[in-house]
Amino acid sequence: MSVAVKAGSPAELKQVVYKHREKLTRKQLATRSLLYAVLLIIAVIYVYPFLIEIFTSFKTESDATADPIGLIPTTWTTAAYQQLFVNSDFPVWFKNSAIVTVFVTTGRVFFDSLAGYALARIHFRGRGFVFAAVVAVMAVPSVVLLIPKFLVLNTIGLYDSYAGMILPILVDAAGVFIMKGFFESIPASVEEQARIDGAGTFRLFWSVVLPMARPALITIIILSFQGSWNELSQFIISSQSPNLTTLTKGVASLASGQVGSANRYPLKLAAALLMTIPVAAMFFIFQSKILNTSDGAVKE
Amino acid sequence: MSTLLESTVIESTQPGGTPRGPRRPRGGIRGGESASGWLFTAPTILLLGLFLLVPILMALWVSVSDWSGNGSPFSAGVHFVGAQNFGSVLSGGGLTEENFGISLKNNLWYVILVVPAQTVVALFLAVMVNRQILKGRGFFRTAFYFPSVTSSVAITVLWLFLFSQSGAINNVLSWLGVNGPNWFQEPSGIVQDALAGLGIRQGPSALTGGGFLGVSWWDWIGGPSVAMTALIFMAIFTTSGTFMLLFIAALQNLSGEVQEAAMVDGASGWQRFRFITLPQLRPTLFTVLTLGLIGGWQIFDQIYTGTQGGPAKTTTVPAYLSYTSAFHDQNWGQGAAIGFILFVIIIVFTILQRFALRDRAVSKRRMRLYTIETGGRR
Repeated sequence: MSVAVKAGSPAELKQVVYKHREKLTRKQLATRSLLYAVLLIIAVIYVYPFLIEIFTSFKTESDATADPIGLIPTTWTTAAYQQLFVNSDFPVWFKNSAIVTVFVTTGRVFFDSLAGYALARIHFRGRGFVFAAVVAVMAVPSVVLLIPKFLVLNTIGLYDSYAGMILPILVDAAGVFIMKGFFESIPASVEEQARIDGAGTFRLFWSVVLPMARPALITIIILSFQGSWNELSQFIISSQSPNLTTLTKGVASLASGQVGSANRYPLKLAAALLMTIPVAAMFFIFQSKILNTSDGAVKE
Repeated sequence: MSTLLESTVIESTQPGGTPRGPRRPRGGIRGGESASGWLFTAPTILLLGLFLLVPILMALWVSVSDWSGNGSPFSAGVHFVGAQNFGSVLSGGGLTEENFGISLKNNLWYVILVVPAQTVVALFLAVMVNRQILKGRGFFRTAFYFPSVTSSVAITVLWLFLFSQSGAINNVLSWLGVNGPNWFQEPSGIVQDALAGLGIRQGPSALTGGGFLGVSWWDWIGGPSVAMTALIFMAIFTTSGTFMLLFIAALQNLSGEVQEAAMVDGASGWQRFRFITLPQLRPTLFTVLTLGLIGGWQIFDQIYTGTQGGPAKTTTVPAYLSYTSAFHDQNWGQGAAIGFILFVIIIVFTILQRFALRDRAVSKRRMRLYTIETGGRR
């Protein structure tokens, strides 16, 4: 074969490659089947636990213990769900998670893009410093801040309030960074035109620039929604009253078994399933955007 | 570092289409820019300052004080105790030191096992799913990524069920004739278990005699407990999807020409992967390793939800220990001190990573910054 390549016109080369492929066809077929088999097995490993979660939540407790791997319940029951909605604080938890998520997502979309725009487009003294500070902040790991955040909330009297739960996560440095990157990537000519027409900086931002930033804003929405819905540690240190318990905190207390003596797996799995639904819905709505990684919003 | 960053900012704004220099006299149609610049960034500066900078300063004070959680840490009854809290955590031979040693050992094993495993799994999945010939790529990507979307609390609840004594995992193991352990109740280290299988039940005196941070060398090398191993599997399960996306993005940016040339030269699939694809993926590989390392030291939710540090303290980690010291035992000074030590550990690991990246520092940093979008998704 190497001889043929040396002989080398492009046509010959193609032929060599073609022959090469033809020879391998059978082997390729085997490889391909193996590929699918391996991928299918892995996919089952990744998906089956969630199927167990769904179906076990409709089982009786004894059924769940006796057959932890089979899917179809011997007797279908919605006892776990009735228990959750009628005899527990689950609706309160859900409401609190929803409140926090709505505020945090809205706040981040607004404040992240404001700051991102300023850092990308507005020329002001100290901009470099502010940007460096934002980058430095991104490097601080959140678990290190558990005690510090509690200290501040306690001192300024926001402990155990919605404000205390929401304000510390209302802005995120990573989001500011994403928005800055996006605003830098769009041409400045549009703004120049509006500026000449006499638009003020905020007006320019609000009605000219922001509508163009839709792809980046969707990224921020996805990240904030997931981040605040799934957040746990921030709520542990910012609140203690049962009225302010979020889903993550509430379900964690269910899991650690403080509520009853029996294992109550159907109940716990039902709770875990219900709290997964909103983020799962979010994921499936924006699936193409999340998974199609070659087409990110932060392209330069 | 800040000067370096500033220069990057200026450099990166110029190709963005703004020909002006960063400083301009006020007036004209750009009047009041400085004011609006500060106004636009004010909410961010205020919130990040109030809930990041101020807290860190307060915690620094608490970590060198004897505050017991009553009243304000700045009240007259609270005293400066110097490095005493750090001292009792890092030395002193007491229970505090031993607890910290145990948590460090647990977390170290967690990081050592999770980081390489999740990287390899993510890379493997990405390469598999990225094949052009593969049908149903969308399905496979969804399946592998989905665990990354769900909350750590929900996954932990599921995991407690799957890995219970009579759970699904032990069911599968029994098909293979293996009698599975009661995962989340089993405190024995897996390396020590393996050695016991070989008949070595007692460590050599050289290892049991000495130790570090109140934990004997024999226990340091004992491996993660069976309970921690279940959490390790969980970490791989939930993070591999996120990192798979990073690898897919990198793979899609590679040019196919080198691959084709190698194909013509008769390189096998493995050779092409090992000598062409893998070197080209180096920047992404480093990103994934760094994010994995940082994330690995921050495990908290899973412990809080699932094991509360048990059995026999084998799943306590510094983050969780810091939390319980402060909020349960009212040892606020020690809790804050552990937090800062953890901070230093994470920084040291990040710097080591940066050090490994140093030959192409600028381009890689920029690359990393742009991939944060996907990296921070979970």
